Amino acid sequence: MLSSPTVRTSLIFLAIALVGLLFADIAITASNPWRDLGNFFLGIVTPNFFNSEGLMTALLRTVAFAFVGVALGGVVGFLLALVYRSLPVRMFCAFVRAIHELFWALIFLQFFGFHPLTGVLAIAIPYAGIFAKVYSEILEEADPEPGRVLPPGTGNITAFIYTRIPDCWVKMRTYTAYRLECGLRSSAILGFVGLPTLGFYLEASFSQGLYSDAGAMLILFYVLIATMPLWVRPKLLPIYILGAPFFLGEGLPIVWGNVQRFFTEDIVPAPLRNGEGLAGLTPWLNDLMVNEAMPGIWNTIVLTQIALVATGILSLLAFPLISNHFGGPIRRNAGHVALVIARSTPEYILAYILLQLWGPSMLPAVVALALHNGGIIGHLIGRQTNSIKLRADAITGFNRYSWELVPRVYRSFLAFLFYRWEIIMRETAILGILGIYTLGFYVDSAIQNIRFDRAMVLILVTALLNIGVDALGRYIRRKLALQTMPTC
Amino acid sequence: MSGFNLSGLTASFSGKRVIGPLSLQVNPGDKIALVGKSGAGKSTLIRLIHERVNRDSSLVPQDLGLVNALSVFHNVFMGQLDKHATWYNTVTLARPFAKDRTEVTTLLQSLGMKEKLWTPTASLSGGQRQRVAIARALYRNAAVLLADEPVSALDGPMANSVMTLLRDRFSTSIIALHDVELALSYCTRIVGIQDGQVALDQPSEGLSSSDIMSLY
Repeated sequence: MLSSPTVRTSLIFLAIALVGLLFADIAITASNPWRDLGNFFLGIVTPNFFNSEGLMTALLRTVAFAFVGVALGGVVGFLLALVYRSLPVRMFCAFVRAIHELFWALIFLQFFGFHPLTGVLAIAIPYAGIFAKVYSEILEEADPEPGRVLPPGTGNITAFIYTRIPDCWVKMRTYTAYRLECGLRSSAILGFVGLPTLGFYLEASFSQGLYSDAGAMLILFYVLIATMPLWVRPKLLPIYILGAPFFLGEGLPIVWGNVQRFFTEDIVPAPLRNGEGLAGLTPWLNDLMVNEAMPGIWNTIVLTQIALVATGILSLLAFPLISNHFGGPIRRNAGHVALVIARSTPEYILAYILLQLWGPSMLPAVVALALHNGGIIGHLIGRQTNSIKLRADAITGFNRYSWELVPRVYRSFLAFLFYRWEIIMRETAILGILGIYTLGFYVDSAIQNIRFDRAMVLILVTALLNIGVDALGRYIRRKLALQTMPTC
Repeated sequence: MSGFNLSGLTASFSGKRVIGPLSLQVNPGDKIALVGKSGAGKSTLIRLIHERVNRDSSLVPQDLGLVNALSVFHNVFMGQLDKHATWYNTVTLARPFAKDRTEVTTLLQSLGMKEKLWTPTASLSGGQRQRVAIARALYRNAAVLLADEPVSALDGPMANSVMTLLRDRFSTSIIALHDVELALSYCTRIVGIQDGQVALDQPSEGLSSSDIMSLY
C-alpha cells in the first residue's frame, strides 16, 4: 500500500502536520472553558428571538450585501471569463481572489469608511475573480460540435448564446447558487469588521454574554441557508437583485479627501513618504519582513498544514454519517443536520465562538477550520458513496468502510482536500484578526496602528502565499491525476 | 454553383495517413453515396469536404451537433442563424417569431415529429435526435448536402421517407451510408472508399449490391 502515490502523499502531509504540532501553540487558556461552552449551548437551546429588532435588521442587511455583492461579482466575473485566455486577466483574477473578503473590507474601510460600498466591493471583487475562473472552466467544457455545424457567417454573439450558454446554463446556475450561499457567509462575517451584518450582532451579543441572542442569530442563519431552495427562485431573483441595494443601510457618507489621502499618502511606504528615498526603503522592508511577515508566514503555514490534515481526518470520519451504506434513516437524518450545521457556519464565526470559550491559541482555529471544511468534504464524499453500488454480499460494518468505500472514494477525497488547501490557507491568514499570530494578525495590528503602508505589503505577501499554495495544490492534483469540478 | 472539384484531400491521425491523397469531381446534380466498411475514412472525408465547401453546404455530422439544452425548434432554427441580425436571434431564443415557428413546424411535420417542437433535444430518442439534425440541415437550405449516416438510427419506412426528402430537397448531395440498398435506391453515383482511397466510382444504375460488397 505504501507504493501507492496517493497513500504516500497522504502520509507525507500527515508527517508535516505532526511536526507542525510540535511548533504550534495548542492550548486551552480560558479559566473555565467547559462552563463557557455549556453556557453557550444553553444559549443555543434557549434562543431569544425577541430581544431587539437589531437581529432582523442584521439579517436583512446580511442578505442584501450578499445579493448585491454576488450579483456584481457574477456579472463582472462573467465578462472576465470571456477574455480569460489572456494571461494578464488570469493573473489579475488569481490576485484578487487570493485576498480574503475581510482583507478587502479592511482596505475599503480605510477610505470609504462605513459606507455600503465597502461591504459590496469586499464581496464583489474576490467573487469576480472566482466567478471568472469557474465560469471560464464551465464554458470551456461546452460541447464544441454544435458550434462547428453552425452556418458560416453566424455572428459571434449569436453563436455564443445558441451553442455555449444553453450547454453551460445548468452548471453555471448551480455554481452561482452555491456562490450565493458562500456570499451569505461572507456577508455575515463582514460584521466582524463593523459592517451592519450578522457578525456585528454576534460580536455584540457575545461581548455582553447574551448567549441566547447569539444562539437565536445562529439558528436564524442556519434556517436562512437551509431554506435557500425555497426562497431563492429564478422568478424572484430579479426582484431580489433590484431590491437589495435599497436595504444595504445608509452607513456613513464617503469622505473623498480620505480616498485621495489613502492612495497618495497612507499606502506610500513610510521612508518614501518622509523623503528618505530608496536608501531608507531597504531597512524598512527588512524590518517588516523579519519582524512581521516571516513570523506571520510561518504561523500561517503551520496552522494551515495542521488544519488541512485535521479537515481530512474529520471528512473521512464524517462521510459515513450520510452514506446509504450504513445504518438507518434516523442516523442519516441526524448526520445530514450535523453536516449542514458544520458547513453552514462560517469558519470565522466558529473560530470566534471557540476562541471566546477556550481562550486564544491555535486550537480554536484548527477545530473551526476542520469542522467547516470537513463538513463540506464529508458531505460531498458521502453523497458520492450513495452512487456506489456494492455487490449484494458485500461485507458490512467497519470492514465495509475500510475495504469497500474508502478505497473507492479516496482519490476524489484527496482532490477535494487539495482543492480546499488554498481556501484553508486564506481563512487561516484571516483568522489572525481574532488574535492568532497568523498573517492577518500583523495586517490587523498594522491597520490599528494606522500604518497602512505596512498593512498593504503584508496583504500582498498573504496574496502571494495563497497563489503559491494554489499552484502547488494544482500541481499535486495533476501529478496524482485527481480530477474535480469546483463545486466545493 | 453547386459542383466542385476536390483534389489533394488528405488526413492523418497521429502521423498515420488515413485519407488520400484523394481527388473527387462533384458535378451539379450529383447525388453521391459514400460507401465502404467502417474505418475506411468516410466520416473523415465528409469532414474534409465540409471544410472545403463550408459556405454552401448543409451538414449532418455523425454526432449530430445538437445543443441538448435547447428545444427542437431552436436546434432547427440554428440552421439559419447567419440570415438574421443578432438582436433577432436573441429575441428568438426567448420568444420565437410566428413566421419562423410556422416554417419549422411545417418542416417537422414532414419528418413526423411536429408535436416535439418545444421538447428539449436532450429528452429525445436517438432516432428523433437524428431527425432534428436532418431538419436543421433542411432548414439551412444550402445547395449541397453533406451527411454522415443520416438515417442510421431510423427504422425502414422512416429511413426511406427521410432519404426521399433529402433527395428531393437538395440538388447535390454527398451522403455516407453503410446501407447499400439505400445507397443504390436514392443516389445517382456510388463512391466506394477503401483504405482512404477511392476504390469505386460509378453511376448507381447498372451497379448491384454484390458489386459494392467487394469493398467490405
